[in-house]
Amino acid sequence: MTDLAIAANGLRKAYGDKTVLDGIDIQVPAGTIFSLLGPNGAGKTTAVKILSTLISADPGTGDIRIGGHDLAADPQGVRAAIGVTGQFSAVDGLITGEENMLLMADLHHLPKSEGRRVAAELLERFDLAEAAKKPASTYSGGMKRRLDIAMTLVGDPRIIFLDEPTTGLDPRSRHTMWQIIRELVADGVTVFLTTQYLEEADELADRIAVLNDGKIAAEGTADELKRLIPGGHVRLRFTDPDAYRSAASALREVTRDDESLALQLPSGGSQSELRAILDRLDAAGIEADELTVHTPDLDDVFFALTGGADVTDQPDQPKETVR
Amino acid sequence: MSNLSLAVRDSSTMLRRNLLHARRYPSLTLNLLLTPIMLLLLFVYIFGDTMSAGIGGGDRSDYIAYLVPGLLLMTIGSTTIGTAVSVSNDMTEGIIARFRTMAIHRGSVLVGHVVGSVLQSIVSVVLVGAVGVAIGFRSTDATVLEWLAAFGLLVLFATALTWIAVGMGLISPNAEAASNNAMPLIFLPLISSTFVPVDAMPGWFQPIAEYQPFTPAIETLRGLLLGTEIGNNGWIAVAWCLGLAVLGYRWSTAKFNADPK
Repeated sequence: MTDLAIAANGLRKAYGDKTVLDGIDIQVPAGTIFSLLGPNGAGKTTAVKILSTLISADPGTGDIRIGGHDLAADPQGVRAAIGVTGQFSAVDGLITGEENMLLMADLHHLPKSEGRRVAAELLERFDLAEAAKKPASTYSGGMKRRLDIAMTLVGDPRIIFLDEPTTGLDPRSRHTMWQIIRELVADGVTVFLTTQYLEEADELADRIAVLNDGKIAAEGTADELKRLIPGGHVRLRFTDPDAYRSAASALREVTRDDESLALQLPSGGSQSELRAILDRLDAAGIEADELTVHTPDLDDVFFALTGGADVTDQPDQPKETVR
Repeated sequence: MSNLSLAVRDSSTMLRRNLLHARRYPSLTLNLLLTPIMLLLLFVYIFGDTMSAGIGGGDRSDYIAYLVPGLLLMTIGSTTIGTAVSVSNDMTEGIIARFRTMAIHRGSVLVGHVVGSVLQSIVSVVLVGAVGVAIGFRSTDATVLEWLAAFGLLVLFATALTWIAVGMGLISPNAEAASNNAMPLIFLPLISSTFVPVDAMPGWFQPIAEYQPFTPAIETLRGLLLGTEIGNNGWIAVAWCLGLAVLGYRWSTAKFNADPK
């Protein structure tokens, strides 16, 4: 077995009678990106808070080791090994970006000159050199998040927790953040990433765990997760109701959508499967107006595992908060 | 690095952060200074003649002498309201969560606040004291030793109230609540012997004025600066300060070390 940067067994946490984490196991090999994926309120932030020593796990939780340190016995050892960037910016808005960086350098006990050098380098690397002398409260969302990560990197942590690092960022800032995360891992850093964006987990993570209702609903690589659920489908759309009806009778195993005159039939999307469908339509002399092939993506997995459409129907669920 | 030098180093880093805040945003501190200065001017120039007769003095200058020691301590109470507000504000900031996940000395966040706030209190006391001197307060009969003791008492008193204010800030969900919770720190000096002697108050009220931290501290400071009778007040004031400091320290650190909500 490879070295585990993060190993948690039976992680539990309840607030009153509400169970947030119901005994989850997490293993993250060193130098990889692990993504905890789940809807709002699934317990992602709680997991990060516990693993980053911010709050304590409930009794009954098994061993938790981070960077080789026991979380319960040696929290300071864990803290020395990790860096955390929370969901809400952990910057001091009252002072400038540069002062924030120097504050971190002082707290990591870097000598003055080295602190200045590290701060300047990171500000440069994260494109903040120009804004360095301005109060952090005047920064845009993307800039604050970059400053946040830059501050986390001052101590050169080998394990980094990123709690929804791209939530609320515009597409460009999101891609910048992805690039930053990739560079971190290229340097051998272990990244524990939580996200509610499937695309993000698919894009970045070596392994993904889907957290739902305090339990890990599934875990594996993006491909493994996609294989967990039935294959994709082909969708045929018609404008002529007669063609629609005859196609529905010519093709068996279809799901009818009378409203939009569309038929959906299961298919892996391979060339031969598509040809078989088209041959049958040709044989019946039917012309579909539109044909689309839908391969399973993480969205399908996500909805299948986290209770289907409920998730998208509840955008107003209370957000987990970090204090 | 040893535990103690780690504590000192991280605390001084946190202190620098708090002083930077205070320097960048001085308005809160200056606003809090207004109350004692306004009260000083109001009681001397508007009510002064009546009040000086009330304490059996000859003229207004007797009342200035009576009033200034209490107002110096009130200045400390007023400044520590700012402490409660800034601690409460600070706790809502994400940066505190960051500090909690860093391998720094745990208490340094609070110690930084306390030392910063005590320094601010002293600056405020000096400013209010300067206004007092400008309008005629004199303490020329006091010895150097009495001056040092007075200074020591002010620092001790500021430390005690600041730890209490830090606790009040920690239990307050926001700045408004912190400012309300810290009201007793400015209200207590109003019902102490700041403005009139305790034995000039109604009998039923005298215990309230007497058995609270401000009155013995005021009487001690008066004694040190003006040579009035101190009696037991010195020890009582020191006991109040030590008690409040220990209580506030225990309370604050317990609140800070508990899991954040």
